[in-house]
Amino acid sequence: MMLEIEGLTVGFKTRKGREEVLHGIDLSLSQGETLGVIGESGSGKSMLALATIGLLPRGASPSGSIRLFGDDLLLLSERQMSAIRGAKIGMIFQEPMTALNPAMTVGSQIAEALHLHREISRSQARGEALRLMEMVRIARAPDRLNSYPHELSGGERQRVGIAIALALKPALLIADEPTTALDVTVQAEILDILDQLVRQLGIGLMLISHDFGVIARMADRVTVMQAGRVMETGTTEGVIRRPQHAYTRKLLSSLPRRVRAGLGDPS
Amino acid sequence: MRRLPLSLLVGGAITALFVAAAILSRFWTPVDPTAINIPSRLKPPGPGGLLGADHFGRDEASMIMAGAWTSLSIAFSGVFIGGICGTALGTAAAALRGRFEAVVMRVNDVIFAFPPVLSALLLAAVLGGGPITTITAIALFMVPVFARVTRGAALQIAARDYILAARMAGKSGIRITVEHVIPNIAAQIIVQFAIQTGLAILTEAGLSFLGLGVSPPTPSWGRMLAEAQTYLSAAPHMALAPGLAISLAVLGLNLLGDGLGEMTDPRRRSSR
Repeated sequence: MMLEIEGLTVGFKTRKGREEVLHGIDLSLSQGETLGVIGESGSGKSMLALATIGLLPRGASPSGSIRLFGDDLLLLSERQMSAIRGAKIGMIFQEPMTALNPAMTVGSQIAEALHLHREISRSQARGEALRLMEMVRIARAPDRLNSYPHELSGGERQRVGIAIALALKPALLIADEPTTALDVTVQAEILDILDQLVRQLGIGLMLISHDFGVIARMADRVTVMQAGRVMETGTTEGVIRRPQHAYTRKLLSSLPRRVRAGLGDPS
Repeated sequence: MRRLPLSLLVGGAITALFVAAAILSRFWTPVDPTAINIPSRLKPPGPGGLLGADHFGRDEASMIMAGAWTSLSIAFSGVFIGGICGTALGTAAAALRGRFEAVVMRVNDVIFAFPPVLSALLLAAVLGGGPITTITAIALFMVPVFARVTRGAALQIAARDYILAARMAGKSGIRITVEHVIPNIAAQIIVQFAIQTGLAILTEAGLSFLGLGVSPPTPSWGRMLAEAQTYLSAAPHMALAPGLAISLAVLGLNLLGDGLGEMTDPRRRSSR
């Protein structure tokens, strides 16, 4: 297993004492696999992502273990963690609008991570940024390199986000609701690109979503979360056909009937 | 070519006029602004003296020009020093949070509670009057103004995902502040610079009005106003000239600030 999370608990210190938002999460992900993490807002999905990249908000205290290639990330120093974060873990954010710096061209934002982690010349970084932009199928990439984020469409911005996340060829990619802010046709394109890249590059993808449609399309396995706990984990097909938990059934029943039929849900 | 905002053009023109007059006054004024000429005492505006003359027969127009240098240089120095310190403190507070932020902001609240004229009076009591005191008083007053504005703006930027992405990429806090936070709040800082320079001109005029600014005979708008009081009914132009100069300069800087705010918005930036 590439990523193994065991008994992950995250708590916050508050005036009233300690308040837990994640209560003992267990999950695992191997290379080339896509794990869907599904749950309603507030179920702790995003907190799980932040804990994995070691960027929990101030005042949060995690316990348990998060092992990436055997190293427990919770035991690493900030310096060691920041080396791993950039190079081994990539992250795609929900809002492509706020995920890019409006004052920097997209080319330099993609090249930034390369400069930080590798000895690389400006022109090499530019070439690599161009290659990444073509990889995420941005049309007229050479022109787009010098564009500012506000000059791109939402779908293009999210592609740039993917290019940034993939710049250092991470082994683990975390996508937190990557298509929620996009309209349906663009959503399909982005998922397509993600799916293809994950297969091509053998990346382990943790796909966080509240949308069973997205998860069913992408994930090999799925973990259902509610109120900071894992309700059930299984192959996507298994969970959809035979949901073990009432909460999973509720999530599934919130999908339109036709979509459910397409997923092979017998109910 | 994108159209520039009207307020920028008008504000920029007015400000440029004052800056040009101030610089020109270092080399040339119609008459020596300190030359006393009793025969033309209290002379109303007309040929030979564009804005008339004061109670010593000094040429008002020349004094306004020389006063522009006094006003602008003091106001700008004060805002520059205070603005840099305030911006540094504000962004640092937003980046570090915690106890540092709390201490910085509370100290700022205390400084902010003192009207600039009062802190200048206190400073003058310690340092004596003069331009350095005025600049220090203005700078001191500007620190909390800029610290508040930049802290608020920086906190907003800090919540954006690209800051998280930059931390992901392994950037240090200082680099994130310099490369990601400051460029995105630069517009707000620049706007503050222009608007606060306007306020600083008012403060400087107020201090010279009270006799705490530059010492005579160096012309200053505030002192011109103070001297005009006695002759208000006999020679209203003596009050009108510096009064209008102050209002116009402040108006110009405010318009410039608004215009700059519109123009430097990063969303207006273009690759072409």
